[in-house]
Amino acid sequence: MTAPTRDVPQTTTPAGGLVVEDLGVTLTGRPVDVVDDIDLVLRPGEVVGLVGESGSGKTTVGTSLLAYSRAGALISSGKVLLEGRDVLQLPWKEVRQLRGEEIAYVPQDPASALNPSIRIGKQLVELHQLRGVGTAESRLQAARDGLAEVGLPNDDEFLRRYAHQLSGGQVQRVALAMAFLPKPKVLVLDEPTTGLDVTTQKMVLDTMAQLCRSHGVCALYVTHDLAVVANIADRVAVMYAGQIAELGPKDAVFANPSHPYTRALLDSIPHLSQARALKGIPGRTPAPGARPDGCRFSDRCTYVVDACKQQVPPLISVAPDHEARCIRVGEIGMWDINRGTVPDADPNRKRDVILSVEGLNVFYGRKQIVHDVTFDLAKGEVVALVGESGSGKTTISRSVGGLHKEWTGAVRFEGRELARSARSRSAEDRRRIQYIFQNPYLSLNPRLTIEQIIRRPMELFGIAKGKQATDRVLQLMEQVALGSGMLHYQASRLSGGERQRVAIARALAAEPDVMVCDEITSALDVSVQGSIVALLEGLRKERGISMLFVTHNLALVRSISARVEILQAGRVVEAGSVVTVMDTPREEYTRKLLSDSPRVG
Amino acid sequence: MSTTASLPSTPSFLGRAMKQKRFVFGFTVTLLVIAFAVLAPLVAPYGEEETAGPPYSKGGLFGTDYLGQDVLSRLMHGGQGVLLISVLATLLGMVLGILIGVVAAYAGGWWDEVLMRLNDVLLAFPQILLALVVLTALQNPAAWVIIVLVGVSHAPRVARVSRGVALGIVSRDFVVAAEALGEKRSRVIVAEVLPNMIGPLLAEAGLRLTYSIGVVAALGFLGFAADPGAANWGQMMNENRLGLQTQPWAVLAPVLMIAIFTIATNLMADGLAQLSQRGD
Amino acid sequence: MTQVATLPDPLAEVAPPRGRSGGAAWAAWLARRLGLAVLTLWLVSVLVFLATAALGDPVRAILGRDYDTNVGRREQLEAQLGVGDSIVTRYVDWLGGLVTGDFGTSLANQQPVWQQVSDTVVNTLVLVLLAAAVMIPLAFGIAMISAHFRRRRPDTVIQTILLALAGVPEFVTGILLVALFSTSVFNIFPAVTIASPTARPWDTPEGMVLPVATLVVAVTPYVSRIVRATLLEVLDSDYVELARLKGIPEPVVMRKHALLNAIVPGIQVIALQLAWLAGGVVLVETLFSYPGVGRQLVDSVRNHDVPMVQALSMIIAGVYIVVNLVADVLSILLTPRARTAISS
Ligand code: SF4
Repeated sequence: MTAPTRDVPQTTTPAGGLVVEDLGVTLTGRPVDVVDDIDLVLRPGEVVGLVGESGSGKTTVGTSLLAYSRAGALISSGKVLLEGRDVLQLPWKEVRQLRGEEIAYVPQDPASALNPSIRIGKQLVELHQLRGVGTAESRLQAARDGLAEVGLPNDDEFLRRYAHQLSGGQVQRVALAMAFLPKPKVLVLDEPTTGLDVTTQKMVLDTMAQLCRSHGVCALYVTHDLAVVANIADRVAVMYAGQIAELGPKDAVFANPSHPYTRALLDSIPHLSQARALKGIPGRTPAPGARPDGCRFSDRCTYVVDACKQQVPPLISVAPDHEARCIRVGEIGMWDINRGTVPDADPNRKRDVILSVEGLNVFYGRKQIVHDVTFDLAKGEVVALVGESGSGKTTISRSVGGLHKEWTGAVRFEGRELARSARSRSAEDRRRIQYIFQNPYLSLNPRLTIEQIIRRPMELFGIAKGKQATDRVLQLMEQVALGSGMLHYQASRLSGGERQRVAIARALAAEPDVMVCDEITSALDVSVQGSIVALLEGLRKERGISMLFVTHNLALVRSISARVEILQAGRVVEAGSVVTVMDTPREEYTRKLLSDSPRVG
Repeated sequence: MSTTASLPSTPSFLGRAMKQKRFVFGFTVTLLVIAFAVLAPLVAPYGEEETAGPPYSKGGLFGTDYLGQDVLSRLMHGGQGVLLISVLATLLGMVLGILIGVVAAYAGGWWDEVLMRLNDVLLAFPQILLALVVLTALQNPAAWVIIVLVGVSHAPRVARVSRGVALGIVSRDFVVAAEALGEKRSRVIVAEVLPNMIGPLLAEAGLRLTYSIGVVAALGFLGFAADPGAANWGQMMNENRLGLQTQPWAVLAPVLMIAIFTIATNLMADGLAQLSQRGD
Repeated sequence: MTQVATLPDPLAEVAPPRGRSGGAAWAAWLARRLGLAVLTLWLVSVLVFLATAALGDPVRAILGRDYDTNVGRREQLEAQLGVGDSIVTRYVDWLGGLVTGDFGTSLANQQPVWQQVSDTVVNTLVLVLLAAAVMIPLAFGIAMISAHFRRRRPDTVIQTILLALAGVPEFVTGILLVALFSTSVFNIFPAVTIASPTARPWDTPEGMVLPVATLVVAVTPYVSRIVRATLLEVLDSDYVELARLKGIPEPVVMRKHALLNAIVPGIQVIALQLAWLAGGVVLVETLFSYPGVGRQLVDSVRNHDVPMVQALSMIIAGVYIVVNLVADVLSILLTPRARTAISS
């Protein structure tokens, strides 16, 4: 591909970029704002990160730039100006022409966004073919060039593949190539790296950034991941409850976050370089229609004053180009990225081993997934199993928890060898080792009430019954910060974070000595993750519970665990105390993982 | 998956069903037909096998049939048998089918394979064929024989559906969690799996009821009813078919009753199915 | 950020399907499918035999009150059915006959079963295929119209009508059609298919209209509803959304992206309904006195003609199994994911 033809002026007045003015999207049928009052400028060649947690409306803003809204919502006000034309006012035909050609979209889950029954090559040339651009050969050549640009093979064999024959990273890069093919001016990326491993994510992000720079394309990168934004964006817009809460150059936002929500968000994310005491944000993000009057964040804000609830605060300028939607912007003091830093776990602490895994080999049918894994876990200690997808980390934890029984080797609990499956273990062993699942939407029976769920282990193991059990349930709920009002709620009424708390309470109800936590925060928003991690840390300190913590997130490991086992393809490649492994990694693989992980600060 | 995706309140399944037009309509009409079948014999102008006039005459609301019996009275008497047999056959088919399907899904592996292969064998018989084959060697089938035949012909179809639904549930982590706690297998099925299948199973039951009526009436229509003299909507069509030209109501009255009833049960079933797809 | 984009993908590349091993894999897969079909057919034969020969006493059922008086006829029937032998011997004999094409002799008229069945099978096939030929385009057409108006007035109306029709038993539909078109209201079509022993039903085409119409009305709602649901699901999918966001015109989105992915469920439901028709003809043929296997089956059941019933049920079940097999193979061929899973 050739260099950009236009000379891109890097000024504040957008010459080729995109301007969003006062954009609003409402639900159809009800006058309820999904997002409102969105003002945003994308300058040519610039990547703007649009960050928000679930329910913030970030994806809605993203697709609005293409004059598109999902079923049930409609764009009700505002302008999206591309070179002086308002995209939202264009006739339908021109909008279609504009989509793809001038504003391209990269979907969140490309695996489902590529048509499963059309070959990759066909899908790549489809748009050009329909528009009659070039000849069949030139189109094919363009497709090949596009694939080469994103670092994919471009021979006939590859073009003939279907989407399901590609790996996750490949699919995402095909989607990128497809978006760049018509040489758009603006790119909207909707969480394009969700579910990818850090190495793949890094590659996709680098590809994207490079293409944007070389083609002079401006991009809106929609994501929930602050760390990713810190690595790729030029400017950052933080969204909360349908509005932009803070907007500014990346460095300014991370060095001097001025909105209490941005600060709270930054307080809840772990750092790679140092352990932190993570904090969550209490409460949940209000849904459209249930948002508080005045400042949307007022019901969760630590700095709230009466005036906050009077009216929606305007965006107030903090510094040139940096604004925050908070009336107390100047009053709440400075902020430090290192706030919340705590000493790393002491590598020389005396260890009293409670659970040991020796020579573990795990199979699925004839296929061996885990090879000769050995490690141990001491009382009151957190050991992290870290690896990318396919590393066998979850398989190991399931074998230890007795959920998977095709394994050989030994798992010893206080020196006794444990049976392979939970069913053949003694009730006492089952009680003392509790397993918590990754996805709280699947791990709680939606038909049962919270009380029924939490008291069941007590009844089963004869710990408590009747009134006494109910009291214990209430105690546990308090401990995991769930209001007693939820006692008779069905699990289907709870948010993800609340569900995961219930799952933890259920595990605690059995009074375990060891908890096996399988990626228990990966389905949750970062602010919720922060509070769950804080909860676990408290449990470890107060009750001396040991935890096996499975995760793919190295930064989280630093904050939560004392020891770490780095896994690759079913083998332990490096193990040791967190400080040693993360500060002085010996293995190439560990180093690569560390360098590919996005970092904040 | 969104952390805010929780409803302010989740009323019970039936509570939500009552707000759905399609279900409410189907349910109401179904109840009306059942009420007619149960109560009408009490007010019927003539007895079940009582002659009211010459054959195919015009007396009474619907005239008389091939034996000169009053069609309206036969219609009023003839519902109970059909409905009772259909409902019992549906129940039998549901119980058998759920049992097979859930056990196959939960046990998995070989059990699943063998049960489902055998199920396929039964599925190769169109429902009416299964009944006919057995009736070949029997003289006058008793009512329970028809119930068993229709019920058994439902079972493989119900089994297939309930296995499908159960498969989506047994793989969920809350079932695995119950296993890891060491809950008894029977309790896992009863307390964890079945409650989550209620919606789809209710819908299936409605559908099965629709088909039961069809098959039971069809057997009567083909002349294989339990009691040849008794009034029975299916049989009435058979008896009076030759008089369709002269006295159409003797055939059309029972035909319309069956049509109304099957339409109603089907609407009800579909309403339930829509709900269970939408809800959790 | 530098030239990392050209690094090889760290994830394992999915092995592309290769022609060499592909052929063998396909053969093995097909053989397995066929084997399963044969196994099912065999189990069906066991079931048919047990149900007809072991559950009741056909001889007693045939002779009724004459069972005790007409000893000669009784002994003749018993000999023909081989009542004296063990059930296993009888089954093996019967199965041996089936495999070699000998379906036995009818009890009712002492003619070979095969001779009586061969014509009716053709008649029924013609009926079913005619019905299918009308039903498939009709069902797809209605589904596409309905999906086009999704959740608006016309869609709701169509869906409600289809739903109502879907529940009504086929013979009820048939009787209503007869009442409407061949009696009092319009007297257009004959109510029965008149058949002299030599003539074929299609020699009098107007006699075929109502039976075909009945089958079509019985099956179309079902197929149409499922095709519509599939279409809507596909239209809501991420790849259709992306196609729209890419700026592809709506008709192309419909034709190339949506319909292609809706076809496989369509095939499945058509197969299911064709197989269902194999049973549905029983009632429809009886109602219209159509000379096909269905009416023949009902007559044979009435006469307790065991060999005929056995042969006819095997034929109907066999059709079901074959249709399903074909549908499975077609679905796999049309689903890239499944197709490549087999050849790799
Ligand atoms: S306006 Fe008030 S409530 Fe809102 S963020 Fe600022 S301090 Fe908090």
